[in-house]
Amino acid sequence: MPVRVQREDFDVGHELAALRDGDPAVGAVAAFIGTVRDVNADSSVSGMTLEHYPGMTEKALDAIVAEAKARWNILQALVIHRVGPLKPADQIVLVGVTSAHRGEAFAACEFIMDYLKTRAPFWKKEETASGTRWVEARASDDAAAARWQSTTKPVP
Amino acid sequence: MRDSAGTTVSLVYLARLREAFGAASERIEAPAHVNTVGSLRAWLAARGGAWATELAPGRAVRVAVNHDLANADTPIAPGDEVAIFPPVTGG
Repeated sequence: MPVRVQREDFDVGHELAALRDGDPAVGAVAAFIGTVRDVNADSSVSGMTLEHYPGMTEKALDAIVAEAKARWNILQALVIHRVGPLKPADQIVLVGVTSAHRGEAFAACEFIMDYLKTRAPFWKKEETASGTRWVEARASDDAAAARWQSTTKPVP
Repeated sequence: MRDSAGTTVSLVYLARLREAFGAASERIEAPAHVNTVGSLRAWLAARGGAWATELAPGRAVRVAVNHDLANADTPIAPGDEVAIFPPVTGG
């Protein structure tokens, strides 16, 4: 499945090997892993819980991957996003992309993450010394997503 | 065919808004003129309390209709599922 939402951790090496699938047309593999930090907005964070909207989550991620495939000449794409309770240093999300050349793989990987950050229905609730709080969305994430609205394809 | 008496819509509240509203979901019979996301938002805000606070104009609220992100003009039809949630924070 190119898109997975799961509580369990994932093995990056295993997942990227499966994504590459021994395909000799692949010349480039780009990947991003998001992980839990122990600090956010000047508070120390001891853990977080990822909530999502069952029914929409996979649909939204599928649409983002489909848009990446339409915009760039890539071969395969993979998104794995965890939900449930997580601790600092835990893995949260994996985005992997294969293509013939690196320009498309890098761009598509970054695009998928920028759109995931602004369109995929996940919400983080973090635990700090002063209690639990919902993480606020960032204007910088909206700005990152917006810049893809006027981008041209990379030179192959 | 739309029921002339109104429209039964399923509402889903997520994350911080679920806590603010005190409910994860509900089914409503909205008046026939409540047929867009924008008009639904105003109709819910008229309940007062947390509804008025969280759904006031200018508050950052996202809405999905049948699992697709929507805007104020997106139509709502009987049987639709409308989810209301804060800006997303995944990744």
